[in-house]
Amino acid sequence: MFDFYFEIPHWIRLIIQGLAVILVLFPIAAACSMAERKVAAWIQDRPGPNRTIAPILAWIPGIGFLRKLGLFQLAADGGKFMFKEDIVPAHVNKFYFVAAPILAVIPALTTVAFIPFGAYLDAAGKVVPLILANVDVGILAVFAISSLSVYSVILAGWASNSKYPFLGAVRASAQLISYELSMTLSVLPVFLWINGPLAGEAAGSFHGTLGLARVVEFQSQPGFVGGLWFGFIMPVSAFVYLVALFAETNRAPFDTVESEADLVNSFASEYGAFKWSLFYVAEYCHMIVGSAIFMLLFGGGWNPLPWVTLADFASLIGVAHLPIVTGLLGIGIFVGKVLAMIFFFMWVRWTLPRFRYDQVMKIGWQKLLPLSIGNLIFYAVAIALLTK
Amino acid sequence: MAVIPVERKPLTLLERTYIPQIVGGLKTTLRHLFRKPITLEYPEVRPEIPKGYRGAPTLVYDPNGREKCVSCQLCEFVCPPKAIRITPGEIPADDPNAHVEKRPKEFEIDMLRCIYCGLCQEVCPEEAIWLQNTYSISGYTRDDFKHNKAKLYEMGGTLPDAHFKWDKKKAAEQAAAHGGHH
Repeated sequence: MFDFYFEIPHWIRLIIQGLAVILVLFPIAAACSMAERKVAAWIQDRPGPNRTIAPILAWIPGIGFLRKLGLFQLAADGGKFMFKEDIVPAHVNKFYFVAAPILAVIPALTTVAFIPFGAYLDAAGKVVPLILANVDVGILAVFAISSLSVYSVILAGWASNSKYPFLGAVRASAQLISYELSMTLSVLPVFLWINGPLAGEAAGSFHGTLGLARVVEFQSQPGFVGGLWFGFIMPVSAFVYLVALFAETNRAPFDTVESEADLVNSFASEYGAFKWSLFYVAEYCHMIVGSAIFMLLFGGGWNPLPWVTLADFASLIGVAHLPIVTGLLGIGIFVGKVLAMIFFFMWVRWTLPRFRYDQVMKIGWQKLLPLSIGNLIFYAVAIALLTK
Repeated sequence: MAVIPVERKPLTLLERTYIPQIVGGLKTTLRHLFRKPITLEYPEVRPEIPKGYRGAPTLVYDPNGREKCVSCQLCEFVCPPKAIRITPGEIPADDPNAHVEKRPKEFEIDMLRCIYCGLCQEVCPEEAIWLQNTYSISGYTRDDFKHNKAKLYEMGGTLPDAHFKWDKKKAAEQAAAHGGHH
């Protein structure tokens, strides 16, 4: 049925796959903005945006449900961002001013290439991850590219040539760089665990990788420890990664970068229309990718429950011999977990007040960094002791 | 005055991690997430107006259909923002209400000036002007906000009357004219 697809040249196939993933990621990131407004509304005991609808569509019966979810509001907002006048203020450095939002989106959409977003069972019953680029650098590439996004913030703030964007950019660069350290250190124990001596006995002729698909494979092994997700084995790592992720994506309570009370709209103050929306889509893309990594590293990836792998689950409901069904199942479970994480982000945002900037720095350098270093040492020693 | 020294305990280690407080906060917001909205979907659902609400000032008829205002202009004089403008008029002799002598020829309230203080209602000796339920006043021009007499009576309608003072007065006068004494 799909043979024609495998006859077209490999590079065209790669482009199609890449576009397909981006065309899913970008709208999800955009839809997150509506989800954010709805979650905010529900938490604050109000219905949220629920009125907008195109008059023609209003005739379709049963569409009121989508209207109540604010779906048409989202479309209207998107259309507005596309078509409203895109003002470039006279006092900005035009080249960098235009470059900044582009630089924000590129790394945000690139990192998804290294993220396995699902898996399927092939004819032999082997779990094959679905991933655009299953390279060994994996997590390293994600961190390297996503850390580039700090440049877009700095450029936006600097090119805007006004004081609040500039202050925001300074804050952003300091904050992003501070929390990157703890974030990287917090995931190291996971890779020590799967690449160290412990992995040797489990994986046989396995040579070591920083790929994310391998991490999930490691959480899908038989046995008590084998089926345990890393979030249970390394709760401190998961906690540090999660806190650092909030800070890296500029989410509340670490959203000092855009703290509107003291910085107007921070680095995005001078932006409007489509360029402004690109910053926010990029932020949501970072959240999605960051949550995906959290779920891959600490949350068992596409495994529905601890000790219940995708393969077990598929054979339990009797679809193990259908690669397309298991593939959709794997993607569904994984995307569901990621969206649950996104909901958690929003839930936290509408619960916690923002930290003061000095508190953000203090937490990053004086609390989180020592904690992640201690955590790394603890697991290095533990792994050494476990292997004797 | 007694001085009560309040002991400020230092935060415990757990409290300094913020985690118990964050979990508590998340629990509270989660509870609200599943609660029904407490807001009204305004133009379709209107709020219930409590008794004694001071909405837009209106003019009222008594149960017999007589306009109660006698254009004494007390409200015009008391109105702090000078929103009321009354043009008094005589009641013609062939009118059944001729004994009341006067009624407004024109009665105008500028709703862009009105501050809803209710002094007009308080000062009115005839209980003719009432601040009623209308809270939403809209218009396209400044003139749309000038409520004239017809509009004020349309908004006011008829309110019950406890006194019927002009009817009593007329009855008393007629009784006196027949030589009787009350």
